[in-house]
Amino acid sequence: MSKKNKVPEVDIVVDEQAGVIREVKPEKTRSKKGHERRVNTSIYVILVIMSIIWLAPFVFLVFQSFRSYALESGGMVDYLLPKHWSLDNYRFLFDGSNFFPWCGKALITCGIAAIGQCALLTLAQKKLSNMDSSDKKGRLVWLLCTLAVGLVVFLALAAAVQGMAFAGNVGKICIVVALYLIVGYIMARMFTKQDDRLLRQIPGYVADEDSSPLKKLLSLCLEFLAMDLILLCIVSPMVTSQYLRWYGNTLTIALFVAVLQTIIVLSVSYTLSRLRFKGRKLIMNVVLVLGLFPGFLTMITLYFLLKQLGMTGAGAVPGLILIYVASSGMGYYISKGFFDTIPKSLDESARIDGATRFQVFLKIIMPLAKPIVIYTILMAFMGPWGDYVFASYVAFGNVPNYNVAVGLYQWVNVNDYQGYFTRFCAGGVLVAVPITALFLALQKYYVEGVTGGAVKG
Amino acid sequence: MTDLDYLKLSKPAKMAHDLGSGIAAIPGRIVKGFKGLGLWFAKVFRGLGASIADLVTTFKDGDWKTRLSYLVMGFGSCARGQWGRGILFFLFQTVFNLYMFFPNASLSGCYYLGKLSTLGTVETYKEGRRTVYGDNSFFILLYGVLTLFFILAFIYTWRLNVKQNKISEQILKSGHKLKTTKEDLSSLMDEQFHKTLLALPVLGVTVFTILPIIFMILVAFTNFDATHQPPSKLFTWVGWDNFRQLLSTDTAAYGGTFKQVLLWTLIWAFFATFLNYFLGMLVAIMINKKGIKLKKVWRTILVMTIAIPQFVSLLYVSKMFAQDGLINTYFMKWGWIKSPIPFWTQAGWARFTVILINVWIGIPYLMLIATGILMNIPADLYESARIDGANAFQMYKKITLPYMLFVTGPYLLTSFTGNINNFNVIFLLSQGKPQSLELAGNAGYTDLLITWLYKMTVNDTNYKLAAVMGILVFVVLAVINLVAYNLIPSVKNEEDFQ
Repeated sequence: MSKKNKVPEVDIVVDEQAGVIREVKPEKTRSKKGHERRVNTSIYVILVIMSIIWLAPFVFLVFQSFRSYALESGGMVDYLLPKHWSLDNYRFLFDGSNFFPWCGKALITCGIAAIGQCALLTLAQKKLSNMDSSDKKGRLVWLLCTLAVGLVVFLALAAAVQGMAFAGNVGKICIVVALYLIVGYIMARMFTKQDDRLLRQIPGYVADEDSSPLKKLLSLCLEFLAMDLILLCIVSPMVTSQYLRWYGNTLTIALFVAVLQTIIVLSVSYTLSRLRFKGRKLIMNVVLVLGLFPGFLTMITLYFLLKQLGMTGAGAVPGLILIYVASSGMGYYISKGFFDTIPKSLDESARIDGATRFQVFLKIIMPLAKPIVIYTILMAFMGPWGDYVFASYVAFGNVPNYNVAVGLYQWVNVNDYQGYFTRFCAGGVLVAVPITALFLALQKYYVEGVTGGAVKG
Repeated sequence: MTDLDYLKLSKPAKMAHDLGSGIAAIPGRIVKGFKGLGLWFAKVFRGLGASIADLVTTFKDGDWKTRLSYLVMGFGSCARGQWGRGILFFLFQTVFNLYMFFPNASLSGCYYLGKLSTLGTVETYKEGRRTVYGDNSFFILLYGVLTLFFILAFIYTWRLNVKQNKISEQILKSGHKLKTTKEDLSSLMDEQFHKTLLALPVLGVTVFTILPIIFMILVAFTNFDATHQPPSKLFTWVGWDNFRQLLSTDTAAYGGTFKQVLLWTLIWAFFATFLNYFLGMLVAIMINKKGIKLKKVWRTILVMTIAIPQFVSLLYVSKMFAQDGLINTYFMKWGWIKSPIPFWTQAGWARFTVILINVWIGIPYLMLIATGILMNIPADLYESARIDGANAFQMYKKITLPYMLFVTGPYLLTSFTGNINNFNVIFLLSQGKPQSLELAGNAGYTDLLITWLYKMTVNDTNYKLAAVMGILVFVVLAVINLVAYNLIPSVKNEEDFQ
């Protein structure tokens, strides 16, 4: 309270020579500014030191991954900077694979195919906009024909450039054809209808509703490219090294889990947030209680359940996808918190206009839920990269079916880590770089999800 | 104590009183919980009674279609034109019957159910070179539980089938029309949309979470371990023996180790939660202070530990701290230490290092959360505090901290729970080492209950004790949650601050 009495923070000095009263700022204010500066400087010092501590291990990791395996040791040494910089360790990761030629050819194949497919689709769009909109059958036939031509282009290119043989590949080609037609149809319909609300949920899809036609075309082209690349992996897979195999396993798992888990988490959280039905409270309480049991208590049982389905050892990849996705419904808290914040009046007005609950979900709520959709996809995608426990247990000893985490853990802890340490570093860098880039690009959504989730509990 | 008395108390006394009354309320809550459970059971039994009475009256009053539906599920629905529902009911019944009375006896539900009480009696033996497999206790237990699930589901569906008939009869009597199959299907996208959305997740959680958990709870009462491993050996029910083995403090038992590991788990969870919490908050306050530039850069740098997969960063850091790792070698080179610091080989150091590295991993996460919350604190609170002459620390103590604690109460609870089960950090850093002969069951000094459970499952195949440990982890977590529920206001009434 005594401080309050000092409120006039200026001293009043009577300057008799000039015959005026002057206000002189007291010493204190100036020292306050100095104090402020000192505080800020010390904060900067602390932040710089922290940044160094936070980044140092990663910088060291990169340094050591470039240490020459042939000329120096592959183990741990007592110095940081390599004496001979080389790509030995990275070369080891790709040893025995046709990664680079494959990638080059694949980019040519898929690039040309994607451009062709986009051109066809643009033609189709022109044609369709001139057609009578009531002629649904005709429109469908037109679209499918366009897609079919695109498919033929793709397959022909794959056969010519990639050297894919048709004989003996019939099953795979059937899968590719089915996948292509389904995904291509959805993409084409959205493109031609100019209704890309769902498409915009895909993080890589850069075009907005009001962006230029060129940008839209470009993003469509990129999507076709991605699809073609995935399909090419099925019909004409590359020869992989051990590490690439692990990487591919993890990538496959992560992609599948990202899609399936997102669908499950979103539907559970939407249901629990918006729909009222008998047993809602019961489900939430059961999930709460189940969450208190430690996760790997169920590990042996899951292992035997998967074994019955033939999904252990050699079938570890689908098995792991099944495990991750099956129990993912329990992680609904954060997205439920998000759905709770979307006003209910939106649903109600749509319902009055005659929309079914399904339409409300798909057309009203989903477009508004973009941040949480991206957050869920990001989390679902990143989860499998770090899983060691289930991955090692399910793949048990079946080395080609490890994921990256298990493989690298084996290198560094079980194998003679003195020989594999720098290789582990190189492998770690190749995992960390794309994941980190993805994370940093979508950081905004992550922060949104995390803070929202923590506040709402 | 009246409210007036309470207000007169000094601050520490107030806190002590709150804590005391909070803890004192726990027995009351537990009693209340049991009472609620009792009431629930009473309700269930009353419901069952009413259900049976309803079954009888429906049979008496119903027409022949309804009566035949008691035997052939879905008959009534089909006879009244609701083909979709009828066929589904009938299919379910057929599958159930097939499963229960499968011609090959050793694959049928009845077989497993019958063996459930003994978990198998026929030993596997060798006949010359050939192995003749007897009963497999594991499958008997697993499929026994599955069969019980299936029977419950069947009873529920059968009851639903009868109820359907009753309702259809009433609707027809009142002169309305029944829903066609097409209408049924379209209602799955509208009024019944929750069923469509929840069908797969609920199925997944039931088969891959609930069933395994129940199975493991049952395993805790058997002697399923390395010496009783199916298919070559049988295992059987042993009652509470495993709990006794894990908790008793005889020399040969696990009691002492369990106590030690539990204590360390709690210490670890405490430090991992609160150290990260306060340091993270501090960092967030520093970064968000007015006049600090490059806020985004600092944040992005710290977030790197979240972005990079833990197995890369933690495995690398654990090697950095190793006996011959970078830290020790550089410290020795610079002459700071004479012999390597035993980061992973001495109990005290190992525990300290694990907590330290966890701070490295955990601060960024808390920093992000705290940043979001700090921005929500009304600025005029600080303004008026500053006018009143409060200094930075006072403002932190009186405004920031209470606000943060109130808002993040639920988060602290989940984070504490999560840290008790924090497998990755411990396993990737120290694998629970250093081990010691003083600890039973291969436990090490940095082992948490969860990593010890993992070791028991994977290394020792001591499933029975792993199961007991899982149950005990559950008990510990449930108690902590119960206590916290009583003490943290924002957990209890979540609506208050929204």
